[in-house]
Amino acid sequence: MTENILEMRNITKEFPGVRALDRVNFSVKKGSVHALVGENGAGKSTLMNVLGGVYPYGTYSGDIVWEGKVCQFKNIKDSEKAGIAIIHQELALIPYLSIAENLFIGNERAKNGIVDWDLTYNEAKKLLLRVGLKEDPNTLVKDINVGKQQLVEIAKALGKNAKLLVLDEPTAALTERDSRHLLELLKELQKAGMTSILISHKLNEVAAVADTITILRDGKTIETLVDGRDEITEDRIIKGMVGREMTERFPKREANIGKEVAFEIRDWSADNPLIEGKKLLDHVNIKVHKGEIVGLAGLMGAGRTELAMSVFGGLCGKNITGKVFKDGVEIDTGTVQKAIANKIAYVTEDRKTAGLILMDDIRTNITLSSLGKVSSRSVLDPDRETQLAEEYREKLNIKSRSVFQKAGSLSGGNQQKVVLSKWILTEPDVLILDEPTRGIDVGAKYEIYTIINQLASEGKCVIMISSELPEVLGISDRVYVLNEGRVVGELTKEEAKAETVMQCIMANKRLGA
Amino acid sequence: MPDLSNQTETRKTSFNLRQYSMIIALIVIMVLFQILTGGIFLKPQNVTNLILQNSYVIILAVGMLLCIVSSGAIDLSVGSVVAFIGSLLGVLIVQKGMNVWLAVLIALLVGALIGAWQGFWIAYIRIPAFIVTLAGMLIFRGLTLYVLQGMTLSPFPKGFLAISSGFLPTSGGPLDTTTLVLGAIAIVVYLFSAIRGLQRKKKHGYALPAKGVFLIKNIVIVAAIALFSIWLALYEGVPILLLILVALILIYSFFTNKTVQGRYLYAMGGNEKAAILSGINTKKALFFTFVNMGVLAALGGIVFTSRLQAATPAAGQNFEMDAIASCYIGGAAVMGGSGTIVGAVVGALVMGVINNGLSIMGVGSDITQTIKGFVLLAAVVFDILSKKHAARA
Repeated sequence: MTENILEMRNITKEFPGVRALDRVNFSVKKGSVHALVGENGAGKSTLMNVLGGVYPYGTYSGDIVWEGKVCQFKNIKDSEKAGIAIIHQELALIPYLSIAENLFIGNERAKNGIVDWDLTYNEAKKLLLRVGLKEDPNTLVKDINVGKQQLVEIAKALGKNAKLLVLDEPTAALTERDSRHLLELLKELQKAGMTSILISHKLNEVAAVADTITILRDGKTIETLVDGRDEITEDRIIKGMVGREMTERFPKREANIGKEVAFEIRDWSADNPLIEGKKLLDHVNIKVHKGEIVGLAGLMGAGRTELAMSVFGGLCGKNITGKVFKDGVEIDTGTVQKAIANKIAYVTEDRKTAGLILMDDIRTNITLSSLGKVSSRSVLDPDRETQLAEEYREKLNIKSRSVFQKAGSLSGGNQQKVVLSKWILTEPDVLILDEPTRGIDVGAKYEIYTIINQLASEGKCVIMISSELPEVLGISDRVYVLNEGRVVGELTKEEAKAETVMQCIMANKRLGA
Repeated sequence: MPDLSNQTETRKTSFNLRQYSMIIALIVIMVLFQILTGGIFLKPQNVTNLILQNSYVIILAVGMLLCIVSSGAIDLSVGSVVAFIGSLLGVLIVQKGMNVWLAVLIALLVGALIGAWQGFWIAYIRIPAFIVTLAGMLIFRGLTLYVLQGMTLSPFPKGFLAISSGFLPTSGGPLDTTTLVLGAIAIVVYLFSAIRGLQRKKKHGYALPAKGVFLIKNIVIVAAIALFSIWLALYEGVPILLLILVALILIYSFFTNKTVQGRYLYAMGGNEKAAILSGINTKKALFFTFVNMGVLAALGGIVFTSRLQAATPAAGQNFEMDAIASCYIGGAAVMGGSGTIVGAVVGALVMGVINNGLSIMGVGSDITQTIKGFVLLAAVVFDILSKKHAARA
């Protein structure tokens, strides 16, 4: 039996109101390819951030045992020095520097502070050879595609003499061919003695390359499957990922759904503004009835937010085509102003950077989209504003000193209630809620669900986007499953189970492969 | 129902303390100069002078504040625009003998066009304002030199000079009654609006301000207006330029505090993404902010040319810096989203008072500039530290 290069013992990490990791145990054998899988929010990235020193020693409890010794990484440099290289989903390359410069950034081949360019070039060549990248080291990083950039990242890690490579969703942005190449490279490096941890949603990849698979769920280690000992199939992994019991996490609701389709998105397509020729959305069709909560499920990057933002004022995507209907009449939602005028509201997934003006008070934030209601001939009535804001502060139970408290000083749940107030005040008929409970503690989540139910019972159409599958399943009357910009499944409340949703996605992935 | 009146009050007083800190600083500086200059500083003649001297900086600072609030952008071209408008007026009035008011109207329109030119690049093509207005600074200075060909154009007719040096007709005698009557009217109008606001709040059952604060605030304001009008009455009465300034300050304060479009500027400065998602046409708002800046720069050019009584190639140099500094001294946030018209005006006065006081004392422009630099830094440091403190509390 080979030794463990890494053991993480009883790791617990808490954020205000959330326990992200709960006594997680995770061991990696030397020279293996170890996959770490779990749903969004299961704690994979948090665990890797603990390992990489992003959350320094002391902010978590438990031990990291690296090559037989207990380590206390205070920052990223410490863990890198030990030989741990984490390659994040968002690549940390500098686009306007060359490949060679990027390879040795912070680790320059220099004598007395003066860069030795010949040495840099030659060593860069050697590293690129090891990862099988045929590019001139002097090429600028911005001029090579994402797949090759991924290889540069790996080469960079090799240049630092990494003993453990952690790859966070390395193939999410890659084409099929680049993905295969990357996975083969992992196997190659494994033969040379490299250990790697692979975080991926693409379970077919995981099943193909991993020796060992650890499944996380809700911040806990669920199980570890070993190749040769356990059966490793996608279905087996999915069962581990989603097999949680549903308890009373969602308020009860008597759905009162109208017969007529009240809101419809028809044949909606858009191009990716960054990648030429890639479809962001591909003939998406969505129907919502009056008083219905429709969930949009899918993995990260499935196109849910893109759909919402392209419908709401064309804020996302290029060459948008398709039609939007309300009560059978086609409406124009080409600008945010028109969308709002047509009684559509979009609650962003990015509360802090796009939902609120943090430096302004609750009142100003709540009335921002409905200033017409608190003004006459463009002149504001501050007293009326205060009154309305106060009304919503009470109605949605925004815990605060007064409506004059700055939005930035509220907790996540209360911030979200401010954003919801803002949109409810516009009296919308259609609400698109994008990750309305992200980063919110359990109690506040329940309150948000109650508000959503209330909105539906008032006869509004609610479209709910969430990366937490149980949430989508728990609250929706009907679920559309999206994958890679396409609707790949429509499930009724009875049909919608974690397994069926995953099967829709996987079936599509296989077809696409 | 929670006790609203109380909540409103705590907010108002804490908010005002920071607002007033710069006004208090201004008063302290004025008292200091009164002592250092042996009483010359606050002589009625010098007070009138102080207003006239700083009028164009105040005008520019008002426009600059809107730029800073809406996007954190600064307009570096305003000094050159002032000079260019001056040269245009010189050609139209002095050389071509055009009617003064027609020329002034044309100057304002040209200002709007300049603003539209810069606003187009900034708002719609998304070129950083710093670059666009740096280019504008070169372009309009160059055009000024071209138009004037190195000459200074004068004399301007009396009607034009009256914009900056005219006074309302006086009654004669040591204390001008016109001024006193205007002051009294201002006080009555102010009190009337304050009381009406209070009644309206009562009628709708809105939160009322605390009695003590309401009284003290209004007594201080009434006393300030009274004292100021007596001081003006002791000299030559009310300068026409002062009326223009008061009108500008009132209109723009109303715009920023009380109108939907004003609110939009603060919202997009606070968080542009959130503003866009809330249905605000941020491009249009930013465009018109710069159009407005162009018009006010033209007004600054008109006032300055009138005061200088000539169009000169070197006019308006470093005016942009004074206007920018005024806004920051007055508490505008560097990244946008906060700042008040009154703050910018107070900031302009702080700079003006330092200029004026030091020059009475016979201090050279070398030391004056140095001191102004330190004051700017100190004001912003104070502002940022007090905000940090407030955030922690």
